[in-house]
Amino acid sequence: MADLSNIVSKVSSVWSEHVKPGDAPGVVMVDASHIREVCEFLQRDPDCYFDMLSCLTGLDNGPEAGTMEVIYNLYSIPFHLHLMLRVIVRRDNPEVPSVTSVYRTANWHEREAYDLFGIRFTGHPDLRRILLPADWEGYPLRKDYRHQEYYRGVKVEY
Amino acid sequence: MNTKTLNKVQYRFEEENLLKSEPNALRVEDLKEEEMIINLGPQHPSTHGVLRLEVLLEGEIVKEVVPHIGYLHRCFEKHAENLPYNQIIPFVDRCDYVTAMNNEHIYAMGVERMLGIADQLPKRVEYIRVLVAELNRIASHMIAIGTYGMDIGSFTPFFWIMRDREHILRLLEWASGARLLYNYIWIGGLYYDLPIGFEERCREFVNYFKPKLKELEVVLIENKIFVERTANVGVLPLDLAINCGVTGPMLRASGLRFDLRKVDGYSVYPELEFSVPIGEGKMGTVGDCWDRTWVRLEEIYQSLHIVEQCIDRLLKDHKRTRDFDPQAMVPKKIRPPKQDFYVRGEMPKGELGFFFRADGRNDIPFRCKCRSASFVNLSVLPEIARGVLVADLIAILGSIDIVLGEVDR
Repeated sequence: MADLSNIVSKVSSVWSEHVKPGDAPGVVMVDASHIREVCEFLQRDPDCYFDMLSCLTGLDNGPEAGTMEVIYNLYSIPFHLHLMLRVIVRRDNPEVPSVTSVYRTANWHEREAYDLFGIRFTGHPDLRRILLPADWEGYPLRKDYRHQEYYRGVKVEY
Repeated sequence: MNTKTLNKVQYRFEEENLLKSEPNALRVEDLKEEEMIINLGPQHPSTHGVLRLEVLLEGEIVKEVVPHIGYLHRCFEKHAENLPYNQIIPFVDRCDYVTAMNNEHIYAMGVERMLGIADQLPKRVEYIRVLVAELNRIASHMIAIGTYGMDIGSFTPFFWIMRDREHILRLLEWASGARLLYNYIWIGGLYYDLPIGFEERCREFVNYFKPKLKELEVVLIENKIFVERTANVGVLPLDLAINCGVTGPMLRASGLRFDLRKVDGYSVYPELEFSVPIGEGKMGTVGDCWDRTWVRLEEIYQSLHIVEQCIDRLLKDHKRTRDFDPQAMVPKKIRPPKQDFYVRGEMPKGELGFFFRADGRNDIPFRCKCRSASFVNLSVLPEIARGVLVADLIAILGSIDIVLGEVDR
């Protein structure tokens, strides 16, 4: 059963409306509203057993596209399988449920995505900036970011 | 910069600015009787760099740890979005500045796989890559063990280790021209072939180093004081480790035989013979600080074994020839087709991953995310440091083996 195409079809059949197979093998598109449930299912189900969240990436498609993405790279240690979940949200109000209650790895990764992209993770226990100072303006990895001119009297542009 | 701006006071220190830019996560109003908040760092030698730990103490018992990071943030990902793939390599070096070869190896491998040339590289290139990466792995583990010993209070082994590490750095300097930040492994090849005589000198080092390692083991690892300080301290259970995404020697010390060199079998690692040591709880519990250090020491032995095999093959099957050009496969134009790609590999601290999004129209990545091992490994600290003594907190932090350059990127 531990086969990637089987897992993709199984997940898409459970949440037929919110989960679709992506454009490449091993990629699944998930609606933002259901990401936590899907992750929980993938972690608990004995046929999938994706017990490790390798990487969580925020991504900005730019103001023209008007979307942002959160990408989850899951890995199953016993079955040696990789799965990529893609969540697309609107750029003007990026909000994704947090998966920290499922994978504790997500805690700092989500804080980083919030810090650099401004994606809010609802239900996150401690959503603060992690790399930048708390009073930094703007989200630097957005494609239309302009840095502030001065930070506490220090010129930002070098 | 003209003299006018030089003379101007650029930053005026005001105390409330500190609290605004990096406020405490814990509040003074919530403190109970006998509790206090202590800041460890950012400038403190036992935090291995600029890490600030906000610690809630009751007497000498740690009740809560909140790590504050970002003091060494150098915008790796923002830089990567503005540079061609081959020019990112020096920035990758600077992520974890003690294991630059491993970082380069994994990064170059990822871009090669995206381009579809990963399996066309000459075997000699692959063996040289593995050879220098393993040498650098030894150097990194030596730093880890040496500075850890110093955290715990043994001073001498640190100097011994620094003396022996210098041999590795000189070897790598000979090959690449730099001591720490090499830019040696290129996408599709190498900067230069190994210098003539490198293999022999390398074997000399291995023969010199093996007894020194045994000495280190006796003096530091099996030392009674060291064992007392580290055994049964900071035990990381396996299920917590996996759930927190911990990788590398930390995960192996918790008892899972999981090494990406074996699991993924990238580069020429399937052709080489080595074993993966795991924590066995010899001095205490499986997954304690002693196990983590011991796993690192055993990995040095395994890396030396790999280095020996690489030298053998570089001298026999994949000999240096007059017409061998390590840059022959380096692509003129690096433009991967449109795709999302996640590559990972084993660096000394754990799983280093790069997430790329290539849009197929540019020579620069649309997004390049670095999933660093230290960042994830450090996030487990609040979980395992609850209820320990302050001295043990330092012991636990040292055993995680973080490099702040990689945590903050």
